[in-house]
Amino acid sequence: MSDITPSQTVGPFFAYGLAPHSRCDWQPSKIYDWKETVGANLITPDATGTKVRIEGCITDGDGKPINDAMIEIWQADAQGRYSHARGEKPRPNAKFTGFGRSATDKQGVFSFDTIKPGIVPGPGGKPQAPHIVVCVFSRGMLRQIYTRLYFSDEAANGADPILQMVPEDRRGTLIAHKQPGSGAAVYRFDIRVQGENETVFFDI
Amino acid sequence: MSLVYPKESLNVFPKHLSPDYKSTVKRSPSKPLIIVPHTLSELTGPAFGHDAIQEGDNDLTKQHKGEPLGERIIVHGYVYDEDKRPVPETLVEIWQANACGRYVHNVDQHPAPLDPNFTGAGRTITDKNGYYKFITVKPGAYPWGNHHNAWRPNHIHFSVFGQAFVTRLVTQMYFPGDPLFPFDPIFNSVTDEKARLRMVSKFDLDNTIPDWALCFRFDIVLRGREQTPVNTEKH
Repeated sequence: MSDITPSQTVGPFFAYGLAPHSRCDWQPSKIYDWKETVGANLITPDATGTKVRIEGCITDGDGKPINDAMIEIWQADAQGRYSHARGEKPRPNAKFTGFGRSATDKQGVFSFDTIKPGIVPGPGGKPQAPHIVVCVFSRGMLRQIYTRLYFSDEAANGADPILQMVPEDRRGTLIAHKQPGSGAAVYRFDIRVQGENETVFFDI
Repeated sequence: MSLVYPKESLNVFPKHLSPDYKSTVKRSPSKPLIIVPHTLSELTGPAFGHDAIQEGDNDLTKQHKGEPLGERIIVHGYVYDEDKRPVPETLVEIWQANACGRYVHNVDQHPAPLDPNFTGAGRTITDKNGYYKFITVKPGAYPWGNHHNAWRPNHIHFSVFGQAFVTRLVTQMYFPGDPLFPFDPIFNSVTDEKARLRMVSKFDLDNTIPDWALCFRFDIVLRGREQTPVNTEKH
């Protein structure tokens, strides 16, 4: 049996390699000269479901924006299926990968355009409310931290088996709030890494 | 076959709060992480097809008109799981400073020259045996502001996916025998010496190409092992 390779920080200078076209307000030219493999827009032409935008700011223990973070998300499609298995039978959303990556800008803001995920199976056959797994990397983080995003307008949140494992007074940190206004739905999801109203992070 | 991802395997990772690396002080969770089971959401992860990469993405010396300055090197190895099974068709991304220790990133203020023939970003997908290979130049050491006279050892940043979202790994590959090792709080945030040395590549004379490039071997082991059958017999 082999022991795993340890994690190290992503450092401050990943953007030109990992997220060259994402919220690059550090750059006069707005983008770095390198092709993007994974971006912050997950919506594919064949994706069915409700289009949503997710926006948030990530802050440190002093409440200061973290302007050199990378946020990755992983989610099911609108029918609650993950695009994981290779060679599975074609799905209606076959091009929808469910994976996205956003760097933060100078204000510590990240954003994604995606499809609201469906209900997916959970432990013991209990359904999980629509949610997105969120993974955070940054300078000063020697390993990634994982959290989850749930949607404020989902009745299924009340019975979600993972939310129920979180102390009630902290569950609110996992809820993305639908913003008022017309047009495509925007959900606000701030991440507070440390301190007051600290976001719940998971040991997985 | 389904794999399991025991949390004990993560014991070799650095602690979130490692105060010698000062930026961790305000960027580490202060409350205990909440332990939850792995659900389908954690046990699945993104798969990348070969359309995610383009020809030549793994050769950082050929992305511009001319060749970059510095020592040309080959960096190659295998991505495995904890049972030493290869992890095939997984995305491996790298980024690094140039031979002078300067990143292309706009925020890097180190007064060393940029190289117009070097961006320092590469990507590839492992083959069916978990094998990957990059051609690049050896990155330089560079100063940083963590403490007086702080210098990072030469390193290449690696990002690897694996077969589930919980196998995601971002790490750094170091070079053998670097005199800066004892002084680097990021390297030493991994407190177990054997684990620390797993981040150090090995000089690979067999795959060094005469009159052309030195070779370094860097194998990466991700989480994941076969479930041990539960022994139901009573003793």
